[in-house]
Amino acid sequence: MRFPMKIVERLLEGVFKMSSSITSIVILLIIIFLFKEGFGLFRSPVVENGYGLYINSKNPIADINPTQIKQIFDGEIDNWKTIGGNEESIYLFRFDEIFSIYTDEELGENYQFLPQKLNNIIAENSNIIAFFPKKYMQEISSNTKEIATKNIEITDFVLGKEWLPTTTPSPLFGIVPLVLGTLLVSFLAILIALPLGLGVAIYLSEIASNRVRGIIRPAIELLAGIPSVVYGFFGLVIIVPIVQKVGNISAGETAFTGSLILAIMALPTIISISEDAIRNTPLALRESSYALGATQWQTIYKIVIPYASSGISAAIILGIGRAIGETMAVLMVTGNGAVIPHSIFESVRTIPATIAAELGEAPIGGTHYQALFLLGCVLFLFTLILSIVSELISKKQTSKTA
Amino acid sequence: MKKTIILTISLFCLVLNIKAQKIKGSDTVLPLSQEAAENYKKKNPASAVSVTGGGSGVGISALISGTTEIAQASRKIKFDEKLKIQESGNSLKEIIIAYDALSVIVNPSNKVSKLTREQLEGIFTGKITNWKEVGGEDLKIVPYSRETSSGTYEFFKESVLKNKNYKSGIMSLPATGAIIQSISQTKGAIGYVGFAYLNTKVKTINISYDKGKTYVIPNITNVKNKTYPIVRPLYYYYLTKNSNKVKGFVDYILSPEGQKIVSNVGYITLK
Repeated sequence: MRFPMKIVERLLEGVFKMSSSITSIVILLIIIFLFKEGFGLFRSPVVENGYGLYINSKNPIADINPTQIKQIFDGEIDNWKTIGGNEESIYLFRFDEIFSIYTDEELGENYQFLPQKLNNIIAENSNIIAFFPKKYMQEISSNTKEIATKNIEITDFVLGKEWLPTTTPSPLFGIVPLVLGTLLVSFLAILIALPLGLGVAIYLSEIASNRVRGIIRPAIELLAGIPSVVYGFFGLVIIVPIVQKVGNISAGETAFTGSLILAIMALPTIISISEDAIRNTPLALRESSYALGATQWQTIYKIVIPYASSGISAAIILGIGRAIGETMAVLMVTGNGAVIPHSIFESVRTIPATIAAELGEAPIGGTHYQALFLLGCVLFLFTLILSIVSELISKKQTSKTA
Repeated sequence: MKKTIILTISLFCLVLNIKAQKIKGSDTVLPLSQEAAENYKKKNPASAVSVTGGGSGVGISALISGTTEIAQASRKIKFDEKLKIQESGNSLKEIIIAYDALSVIVNPSNKVSKLTREQLEGIFTGKITNWKEVGGEDLKIVPYSRETSSGTYEFFKESVLKNKNYKSGIMSLPATGAIIQSISQTKGAIGYVGFAYLNTKVKTINISYDKGKTYVIPNITNVKNKTYPIVRPLYYYYLTKNSNKVKGFVDYILSPEGQKIVSNVGYITLK
């Protein structure tokens, strides 16, 4: 009977080994996929793929940057002089307008006359800027000039201050407002959750009787089990109006509201981890403290908390990690305005909320899709750094105990 | 035990046997298609229609890749999407199944009850920031928008903002329900929602597209006689080679019975 048992053990061992290696490979593949898709963004042109911007060849302008393109098509820049051209107002020409100038018959059944008509329009208007598919401009006539467009650069992404992913002709993918929004909401949440969570943890482990503890602990664990969309709904209906009234501000969807919700969501993590750390304080240390005549409170803040400090720091960092990655609740209460926040009573847009809200309609493989994947990479880097730091801290804790 | 196995196998075979028609695309059209598909299945038990959302763009790209038979869309097909279908050697059929009007809504406490298109453009592009500039009280305007993924967002941008961008950092909410909720509790708020979603928690604004000569309120009569300006058609797209396959369902939704579903769901019928 001993022999087959050994085989079973071996088999089980093999199965465990295989499942763990498969898990790690899958995780690695996900990360590779994420980065591969994301970095495709820097191989995409500034102007929407397959489209070009064309001007009359008499126009001296040779190069327009993405922000200027956006301002021109928004009508904020309406004279060529503003960007270094002639004193001449800008005539905007979007591709769809061709269909209101010429009928389908004039353009031909398969649009074979379209390139010629486009060329005519550009030749007739020296102040034109036209935006249409490149395939209609294969032979550029002498009257027409294509504006040279570069690829999206890393600096456009990392330092860009505007996130307008669906703007034509040139979408803007600046992550500064999103990164700042995410960090602001997460750190504010920890600032609110930390004193609360630490208080509860100390109370539970040092002061509460077993009976009270038996009620509070499961209640807190229940808090961790509530789906985040429920938190979001609660926030939208209850907390948003309260913040609006108490803060006397025009709209209740603010960074502060988001961090209140996140604070509640991060509480269970912070409480359970720091409570464990506090409980791990050796009895000998406490007893020595009491033996020296210290009161309970003195023991808590002179002996227990310093001893548990690294565990508490780990709790903070894991709490931040929870807050940074949270999507649904934040999507519902922060208002999602992609603007660099100047105060905590302003709307912010976080990275996870952006991905969740926009991925549905982003054409697969397009620049918007790639930009969202790159946002995923940024988020991944954030949480990776946080995990490494918390790992280092708990290592410090173990070495201290040893 | 045996019974369950037989049941499972027969169910499995049944599933394999039915060639389901797939409809995919706009979330705006989704409730309509779902309702229609359910009733259609009741009348024709042999045929199955499966309906999924995801957005107009998702539906059309599924049509191009051949993973759906009908694409439902709350916007007209874009030129380059049309080109892709032509390149694959297919031709496209477009059917308008209903109309939807966009209503501009404000908080019930707001005194302003009419706005021109130019004023709306100013508000949503961030040039007008206080209600007193458009005849209201001295109160900051808080515009709410839908998320960029929504067909409603695109349509409002095209029709009202004349393709200009929304002001940077405009608040954008993931769903129509959230917009109504926020507007009902924020005094200076303004936003836009589909006509079907209107309720008493918010106030509807009369719109003028002729620089203030006539203001029109969105209601069924005004939408049908085309005096209300912010109206969009809802479309079904399919490839002409699939015409026979989808004909039954498309005819059903255009029939008087199907059009009754259109008005039950809250959209405006074709006639």
